[in-house]
Amino acid sequence: MSYWALSLTLIFVLIPLLLSKTLNLGLGRDMTVATIRSIIQLLAVGYVLKFVFDSESLLYIFLMVALMIVAATHNAQKKGAAIQGITWKIAVTLIFVEVLTQGILIGFNITPATAQYIIPISGMVVGNSMVLSILFLNRFTAEVEDHQDQTELILSLGGTPKQAIHRQLINSIKASMIPTIESQKTVGLVQLPGMMSGQIIAGADPIQAVQFQLLIMFLLLTTAAVTSVFLGYLSYPTLFNKRMQLLKG
Amino acid sequence: MSTQYKPAIHFQHVDYRIGDLEILNDITGSFPQGRITTLVGPSGAGKSTLLKLCNGLISPANGEIFVKDKAIGEYDPVELRRMVGMALQSAPMISGTVYENLNLPLELQGQQLAKEQAVELLEDVGLKGDLLDRKVKELSGGQRQKVSIARTLVNKPEILLMDEITSSLDRASKLEVEELISKINRKYKTTIIWITHNLQQALEIGDYTWVMMDGQVVETGESSLLEDPQNGRVEEFVKGVVS
Repeated sequence: MSYWALSLTLIFVLIPLLLSKTLNLGLGRDMTVATIRSIIQLLAVGYVLKFVFDSESLLYIFLMVALMIVAATHNAQKKGAAIQGITWKIAVTLIFVEVLTQGILIGFNITPATAQYIIPISGMVVGNSMVLSILFLNRFTAEVEDHQDQTELILSLGGTPKQAIHRQLINSIKASMIPTIESQKTVGLVQLPGMMSGQIIAGADPIQAVQFQLLIMFLLLTTAAVTSVFLGYLSYPTLFNKRMQLLKG
Repeated sequence: MSTQYKPAIHFQHVDYRIGDLEILNDITGSFPQGRITTLVGPSGAGKSTLLKLCNGLISPANGEIFVKDKAIGEYDPVELRRMVGMALQSAPMISGTVYENLNLPLELQGQQLAKEQAVELLEDVGLKGDLLDRKVKELSGGQRQKVSIARTLVNKPEILLMDEITSSLDRASKLEVEELISKINRKYKTTIIWITHNLQQALEIGDYTWVMMDGQVVETGESSLLEDPQNGRVEEFVKGVVS
């Protein structure tokens, strides 16, 4: 794409800006900031990626992935402020998901252990894991708050914290996984995934693009399941104290 | 309070607070074993908080609670809660059938309640056995409350805590539940601690009473104290409730 064509894409920013101004939506400032940030961040990451790919250093790959995990943890932890120690719980979850998925991909020789594969796939895994963490924490904190009477009922009958929170935990895990499962059901029919579209636009063979997309989708299914289950089982014990009492607020 | 009964639960200088808010202040006194004690007092007096302390759902900020002469902290929480059962005003249910609710206490222990035992329990609380497969959402308020009491009885608690379990019931159901409480006390020798707003109930069903106000125990003794309170604030409260 030429620089002229690239600058013309700003038309797609001008349209919502005009709509915002005409309809007094008050979103002009946010959209402008978002546009400027995305240009700077993507250009920066483009140069960083070029540097990392050229260097072929494992240390730089590791640092890139670590940076992704730190940024994702920082973003997701705000949603779970009510859960004690949520920052390290999210960080441990993201690291576990990343190690598990890359371990399978590289261990079984599905993808090569090069920056070109590890970094983009890690980006998708960590990004999805972050979104799943946010969805899970949103639902879980609401479930715990809405069903305090059920939790206390089970505790009062001599149930353990795990038994008392079981339904809320399972409901939250299921709810957070629904978007991933549903989007997989309609993929190819309703939307063409971004990565596949990108490859096709860049001139790749559509069948090969589909193969990679399948790999990513299956990977994201594991990411979704492992993130919500792992984070769920790390989170629930901190809602109780040693005397098996539900901690409030 | 009469000294002829051993205390089932004893409070010794117990305080409870949420943040800076004081809910209970220096509670000292005993609930006699095998008897029915009513807890009366205006809303916000701290009665429900006191029940939760007995069941170990919360812990005091200061002071000690003894259950059967043993400090509450020395009990395993699960063992304590099976021994000190609790029925709540809202009678919370898990979704499903009456049987699933009755089975819950045993399910939590990895066991299963025999259908015959479940029917027996229902009959014990004055319900018909054919309710067993009924969905709990189809039950009336009175039936729900009785199922909640029956479910608490599955653990065979030695002490039963009841939080305003009759306040939302009609007169007929109220009388049935009152009769049921007396029956449980007589049949199983269960110590009952019962929060009620109904002073007539406290007089007729209860053996002893604690009057609570503003997080403190103002007067305790035989239930008849409600007819002739010694404390001016209690007298005012009784008059206010009766009138």
